[in-house]
Amino acid sequence: MKAPLIIAVVVVITLLGFGLYQALVVAPTEQTMGDVQRIFYYHVPSAWTAFLLFFVNFLASIWYLVGRDNASDALAVTTAEVGVLFCTVVLITGPLWARPVWGIWWTWDARLTSTLLLWLIYVSYLILRRFSTGGQTAVLAAALAIFGFVDVPFVYLSIRYFRTQHPQPVIGGGGSLHPAMWHALLYNWLAFSAFAVLLCWLRYRLERAQRDMEETLALEALLEGSRSNVR
Amino acid sequence: MNGPVTSAKLTPSPKVLLATLTKDLRLEWRSKDAINSMIFFALLVVVVFSFSFDPTGDESRQIAGGLIWVAFLFAAVVALNQTWAREIRNQVLDAYRVSPAPANDLFLAKVLGNFLFVTVLEVVMTPLFVVFYNLRVLGAAYLLPVIAVLGTWALVVNGTFFAAISLRTRSREVMLPLILFPISIPALLGMVEATKIVMMGESSAKFWIVLLAVYDLVFTTVCLTLFETVLNAE
Repeated sequence: MKAPLIIAVVVVITLLGFGLYQALVVAPTEQTMGDVQRIFYYHVPSAWTAFLLFFVNFLASIWYLVGRDNASDALAVTTAEVGVLFCTVVLITGPLWARPVWGIWWTWDARLTSTLLLWLIYVSYLILRRFSTGGQTAVLAAALAIFGFVDVPFVYLSIRYFRTQHPQPVIGGGGSLHPAMWHALLYNWLAFSAFAVLLCWLRYRLERAQRDMEETLALEALLEGSRSNVR
Repeated sequence: MNGPVTSAKLTPSPKVLLATLTKDLRLEWRSKDAINSMIFFALLVVVVFSFSFDPTGDESRQIAGGLIWVAFLFAAVVALNQTWAREIRNQVLDAYRVSPAPANDLFLAKVLGNFLFVTVLEVVMTPLFVVFYNLRVLGAAYLLPVIAVLGTWALVVNGTFFAAISLRTRSREVMLPLILFPISIPALLGMVEATKIVMMGESSAKFWIVLLAVYDLVFTTVCLTLFETVLNAE
């Protein structure tokens, strides 16, 4: 599987590089915020990618509960982990942006708060997987994943309403975007999505390989045990 | 290995549900474990809060909503942690799994039991809160029981489900709040904001009450759909 992997890595690096060029050079400087605004091209695509990954996690969890196969469970773990990674990027770039623009590190605006909650939900999912004993981790985690994703519209609605009652500075800004900015944003989203797919691919292979190894070791131990019993 | 999940029965029959519920209530009435620890814990939370947030007049009305629900949330977790412990101790859970009784009956019985316990807690604690914080309700007081019922159900239905999930984890008692709190935050926000609006007598709590009602509906459905799967996971 070496050649496709190398090709994939090269493609991803190219896309990311092109995205960087678009974000830093091609896109026009924003009027009020200046060059700091360029972090927007990393903040927003990371958020979209994280949401997409969590959606795939939702589907994989449902698929696992229906079919109970290793592949869908491995996919669920993979997308949750990579999703939390991208979500973390959003939560770090947000304050990095807010500080120079608003003078404060954190603002409980609708988007940042919703993203924080999303992050909390999926980190709790990962902790459940880590702390779960016994063989049915996958089932329990899949159930939690479904709860978590069903909760997302509630999180979004409740916090949005909460924040329109108490207006806060909004990161990301409303209003229209210059076409060149749209291009930079979309290119970066493409690049980030490709990067996410590559990470997921690698993590998924690792997960499947690990499980195969565990099963083989367990089988060996079983055979070893039965052999010594017979003697 | 388990096969594909069979369809769970969503509509429970009253007999098994009532039997399980009365069993739990009777056990609780005799030992008063959960109620006593819940009430005392909530009281402690109130006292500690009174050091952190000085309760003077107008301020107290604003923060009372939040404080009251945080106290109830923590106390409810105490009760929820004990929900399944009793069943595990005497292998009742295994017996239930093997029996033909539908899993949702057990679930609803547990949820109703917890709901009653937390309601008793709220009925006991609310006058204390009013006394400690000199509260007066400026808005539509009749809405407060509605908010209490919807909010308590939201906490208890998810809490009972996640308590079943955290049965098979290390640090079981910590795992429950860890997975319950993030998912409950929209409901918590709803309870707190609705209570605050009613206490302050400003604007309308309608959005939050509707949100709570929809939250309850959606998550009760999800719980009923998935409980049998989780119960049988072994």
